[in-house]
Amino acid sequence: MKVFMAKRRAFGLGRLVAGLAVLAVGLVLSVPTLADSMIGAPAAWGMGLQPSGGIIKERISSFNTMVFAIITVITIFVLILLAYCVWRFSAARNPVPSTTSHHTGLEIAWTVIPVLILIVIAIPSFRLLYFQDRAVDADMTITVQGRQWYWNYTYVDQGNFNFDSYPIQEADLKPGQIFKLDVDNQLVIPVGANIRVLTTGHDVIHSFFVPALGIQKYTIPGRTLETWMRADRPGIFYGQCNQICGTNHWFMPIAVRAVPRAEFDTWVADAQKRFAQADGSAPVIAAAPASQDSLQIAEARR
Amino acid sequence: MATASHAHHDDHHDHKPGFVSRWFFSTNHKDIGTLYIIFSLVAAVVGIGISLLMRLELMYPGMQIFSDGQMWNAYISAHGLIMVFFVVMPALIGGFGNWFVPIMIGAPDMAFPRMNNISFWLLVPAFMLLAASLFVGEGPGAGWTIYPPLSDSTFHSSPAMDLALFSLHLAGASSIMGAANFITTIFNMRAPGMTLHKMPLFVWSMLVTAFLLLLAVPVLAGAITMLITDRNFGTSFFRPEGGGDPVLFQHLFWFFGHPEVYIMILPGFGIISHVISTFSRKPVFGYLGMAYAMVAIGFVGFIVWAHHMYTSGMDVDTRAYFMAATMVIAVPTGVKIFSWIATMWGGSIKMDTPMLFAVGFIFLFTVGGVTGVVLANAGIDQILHNTYYVVAHFHYVLSLGAVFSIYAGFYYWIGKMCGRQYPETLGKIHFWMTFIGVNLTFFPMHFSGNQGMPRRYPDYPDAFWGWNFVASIGSFISVASFIFFFYIVWVTMRSGTKIAANPWGEGATTLEWQVASPPPFHTFEEIPRLR
Repeated sequence: MKVFMAKRRAFGLGRLVAGLAVLAVGLVLSVPTLADSMIGAPAAWGMGLQPSGGIIKERISSFNTMVFAIITVITIFVLILLAYCVWRFSAARNPVPSTTSHHTGLEIAWTVIPVLILIVIAIPSFRLLYFQDRAVDADMTITVQGRQWYWNYTYVDQGNFNFDSYPIQEADLKPGQIFKLDVDNQLVIPVGANIRVLTTGHDVIHSFFVPALGIQKYTIPGRTLETWMRADRPGIFYGQCNQICGTNHWFMPIAVRAVPRAEFDTWVADAQKRFAQADGSAPVIAAAPASQDSLQIAEARR
Repeated sequence: MATASHAHHDDHHDHKPGFVSRWFFSTNHKDIGTLYIIFSLVAAVVGIGISLLMRLELMYPGMQIFSDGQMWNAYISAHGLIMVFFVVMPALIGGFGNWFVPIMIGAPDMAFPRMNNISFWLLVPAFMLLAASLFVGEGPGAGWTIYPPLSDSTFHSSPAMDLALFSLHLAGASSIMGAANFITTIFNMRAPGMTLHKMPLFVWSMLVTAFLLLLAVPVLAGAITMLITDRNFGTSFFRPEGGGDPVLFQHLFWFFGHPEVYIMILPGFGIISHVISTFSRKPVFGYLGMAYAMVAIGFVGFIVWAHHMYTSGMDVDTRAYFMAATMVIAVPTGVKIFSWIATMWGGSIKMDTPMLFAVGFIFLFTVGGVTGVVLANAGIDQILHNTYYVVAHFHYVLSLGAVFSIYAGFYYWIGKMCGRQYPETLGKIHFWMTFIGVNLTFFPMHFSGNQGMPRRYPDYPDAFWGWNFVASIGSFISVASFIFFFYIVWVTMRSGTKIAANPWGEGATTLEWQVASPPPFHTFEEIPRLR
């Protein structure tokens, strides 16, 4: 509560500069640590982006830091100009107003300078966008399907087994698990692998969103979308459904566990048995031709 | 800028019709404007009331107020639709637009007074339908964006969604008629001597807004008609199982939805220009640049819609285009911000309540604008899309931007509209309460969004509690300031000092300050001539 009161006073002053400065510090602090295993999850009173679990999120973070610096400077510049005008040109201090209403040089300047700033932002932004778009050399493919209100994952390259991932009810939580973020079956991936993610729809639109891995894509019925992710350090990366999908929209979390390759292989061997027994029929996703088409399209576009 | 050669009027000839024909069959632009403002205030009580329920729910983790997620979804959808269609638009366009566009251009009334009347009266049943939809079946719980398949009959089977869609149809028809009326009025009924390049900037802003409405709203009407037939008559425009495409709806919705956000803010730009100029006692800096910046914003606003759909699976080159086009909007917006500051520069500034709100608007709109630049980058949007960062962004430009411009306009013109001036000290208290409240509410949402909190969540993991609690405290202050505003209105109506035609002095140059406060029922006895 003490922390809360301090923050609240800072905002009660209405001086957003203070908040922006704190946010800047928060961003700096959110730079990933070199710990062996990490948790990608929201932090209490966190202000900046979540820690980065992989290369995509790292690039997003560094670009975001640059843009954040630019917008902070612009905002403070405008604030100072406004404050100066209100103080210097108050009716008491400046009883006779000037009559200037045009200045071509000034008008050109405040058109051209923003354009230049935008170009400075746009160049790395385009680079980031194309980098994020799809895996150049995908090591494996996972199909993600959002359903009301759980996730279904298919390991296309590991024998096409698939399983459901449900949130854990509060009563069933084990010590250390996070309510509304932990799930019964995590999406397990090998560390360092470029993973092609194909999202498909089932009922309504959901959004597969894992902030710490820098990935988000809608899962749309009738469509297969492609994106990719890579975890560069082992850990658990949490996410949540991010497109309104009905009454339990808030309760269909995502948990991605990144493990070393050997551990992943062991898990796969176990999972193939476990999830084959759970459902004797052929995996649902394997029957969907759209996945294969997308793979071919992805190949062709390379 | 302009002076009326003949502003004298005679009260003895100021015949007003009886109550019923004056307020229910009204053809007078000032009376219809008043009706719109009252309507907007009533709708705001509902819309802000819902937002208070939402903040109470989000104050702590767990479900407090709402019985389940569906009920929550219905209420947040209603909050969005009410604020957009029944609070901001009626206040700015129907209210201030109707009141002051004809006076500012020296016209006796709007071009189509009866159409003006039906524009207003369509809003009333529209609002009633939307309110009713909350109490039917499971409610319209698909967000204000009503994306299918969630809004389709499979997932919203009760008539609640149909009621909401029909409400949008009526509100849309109202807007389209209003837009046609404004365009006709502004093009054909300007007083002699008032060329387009001499028009006050508020009129310019209404002209651009009217064009946006005329071109954007029919697209929404088409989209929701297709949704209605999908729901009720077996078509498959958006149903994948019938060969339709849910993403098509997103394109159609945002082709309307993005111009819509400029529809909400452009009239505010106009008001802010007048207020800044009046209270700085200086003409607006770079008048032509200001006017054409709005035209540019309106035009570019039509070709950036898919920046709302970066995660919908569009081709990467398409995303790159929408990213570039979106960032271009920052340029004319920057021109406006800096021109307002330049208007203040060298002026003789009086910080009365309207000016406080106007200066507050410039700063808060800048904050909302720069976070818009962040979101424009598809790369960052990949992890900010649909998070509270977006909620913070659009509340900074709308809840703090558009609403501050409404308050600025209200305090600026209330003396003109009712003949009685607001109490200055109370107005200043109201400003500071609102300023602190809304910033405390919405600034922490940037943090929740950065941390990845998705929007439209009635419950969240414990880690998100802190900033949500702060936001809820802020919302209580905001709601208190809104109640305080009603007290100010009451004080103004009952005991405000009677004021002369122009209470603001030489800075107020537009035509409305040449006529009495309040203006006579028929504003101009003779058409004013402009030098």
